[in-house]
Amino acid sequence: MSSGGPEVTSIARVPVEGSKIAPIEQLADVLYKLPGGALLLTTVENVLNWARASSLWPLTFGLACCAMEMMQAFATRFDLDRFGVIPRATPRQADLIIVSGRCTIKMAPVVRRLWEQMPEPKYVISMGSCATCGGPFYYDNYSILKGIDTVIPVDVYVPGCPPRPEALIEGVLKLQEKIKRERRLSRRA
Amino acid sequence: MAKALRTEELILNMGPQHPSTHGVLRLLVTLDGENIVEVMPDIGYLHSSVEKMMEHRNYTQCIALADRGMDYLAALSNEMAIVRAAETLGGIQVPERARYIRTIFLELQRIASHLLWLGTYGIDLGATTAFLWCMRERELVMDLFESVTGGRLHHVYFRLGGVNEDLPTGWTDRCREFCHYFLNRLGEYHRLLTGNPIWQARTQGIGVLTREQAIAFGASGPVARASGVPWDVRKTHPYEVYDRVEFQVPVYTEGDCFARYLVRMDEMRESARIILQCLDQMPQGEVRTPRLSLTPKLPPGEVYTRVESPRGDLGIHLVSRGEETPWRVKIRAPSFSNLFALTQMMKGWKVADIIAILGSIDIVLADVDR
Repeated sequence: MSSGGPEVTSIARVPVEGSKIAPIEQLADVLYKLPGGALLLTTVENVLNWARASSLWPLTFGLACCAMEMMQAFATRFDLDRFGVIPRATPRQADLIIVSGRCTIKMAPVVRRLWEQMPEPKYVISMGSCATCGGPFYYDNYSILKGIDTVIPVDVYVPGCPPRPEALIEGVLKLQEKIKRERRLSRRA
Repeated sequence: MAKALRTEELILNMGPQHPSTHGVLRLLVTLDGENIVEVMPDIGYLHSSVEKMMEHRNYTQCIALADRGMDYLAALSNEMAIVRAAETLGGIQVPERARYIRTIFLELQRIASHLLWLGTYGIDLGATTAFLWCMRERELVMDLFESVTGGRLHHVYFRLGGVNEDLPTGWTDRCREFCHYFLNRLGEYHRLLTGNPIWQARTQGIGVLTREQAIAFGASGPVARASGVPWDVRKTHPYEVYDRVEFQVPVYTEGDCFARYLVRMDEMRESARIILQCLDQMPQGEVRTPRLSLTPKLPPGEVYTRVESPRGDLGIHLVSRGEETPWRVKIRAPSFSNLFALTQMMKGWKVADIIAILGSIDIVLADVDR
């Protein structure tokens, strides 16, 4: 996504009808109306976004073949750690889930629950054709989900079967760009 | 105290998201304190229905599907299984050079697969260095694959009656160089792990599978060979040029995790030796039978063939009714049998040994579930 494009928010961050507004956001609404408040909010937000984008901790969660390339991306030659991407083994500590590979109908509720267990703000990368749309298992197949975005909202799609580690790194960088342009506090009001 | 402490069994649910299950496996573990009473694997989280899908694909498309739908760490072994079944049924001849190329690639695939196993097993047992070293060497194999097939994991390189393309210029030299380099590195792994007291304490004597149990469960590959079953399809039913190269089948009788580790380490050495011999013997010439249709119609009949994948005895039962597509394909997956040998291996061990034992059998869930 180029920086000049329209702002795209994922489904996860569209406020649900009747949902409670967090206290920090209520405070932001008040601050926004005060003189100089917008400037303050934007500055605070930029700092927060910078911190979020620079320490994306993904969940160690491999589904299928793409998990091998994900492992390779964390390993010696490609080394995703240098972008602050350090895999965590529990969803409670993770803020990114890389759906690497095909997801079966049996597995879908598990992926959904893992995503729900992650603390906000959380992001999803759909890695590979299978996670994006079912891939080679799209036709005459009874067990594979036709895209992970039918279960959880996806921020970045990485194409390929499987994508090379470089492609995954590109996807992570795109996600970082997206996070840096996010407006959680100042876009309200 | 007159009354003894009351104890009861605890059922622990492990997976499907767990860093050491190597995919999406769920284990239902019944525990008595810290001791394992029973382990029951719950599979099917990666069932991709490839057997059914193959009934609607022609044989060339089946090769592409076999890469992805079956054991994704050994894509070329899957291709070989499909190709061998179809060629046996159709009586298709393969040029000499193509047979050598196939053997080289199958063995490179074995090295890559075992390297990934060693790396992840190292991480499971807390040796992160092993992971980083193994991935470094695995990248070199991936480069060799990529320069010929264009793919890193999924190659779609084998065809009925040969392989897709000849090797590029200079590839054989690079491959030979890699083999010598890799044999040196293998000594490094041995120095890092084999004599390491922590590694030995975690693996030696743990998760013993006896010879009788291995045979009863239909275990194959390194799991069976570590239990003293000298069964290797490359020796018993030679395919391609395995009867023309000299190699040993490592067999250990202990049946524990350490024996399974040693079998795979020895297999990597033997694979490198096979590749070097094939490179020396490889003739020039065609790599694909000319004038063979891409969508051949095989004669009616059925055939069962097997190949030795890195995980064991991979069998294909192919039924043809004289059409472009198979009528039925049944895949005999080695990981499936090996996984259920786990129920015997784990009885009586501690919770912490679950990871050591599960890692040592080297299952790929796509192979279990198909």
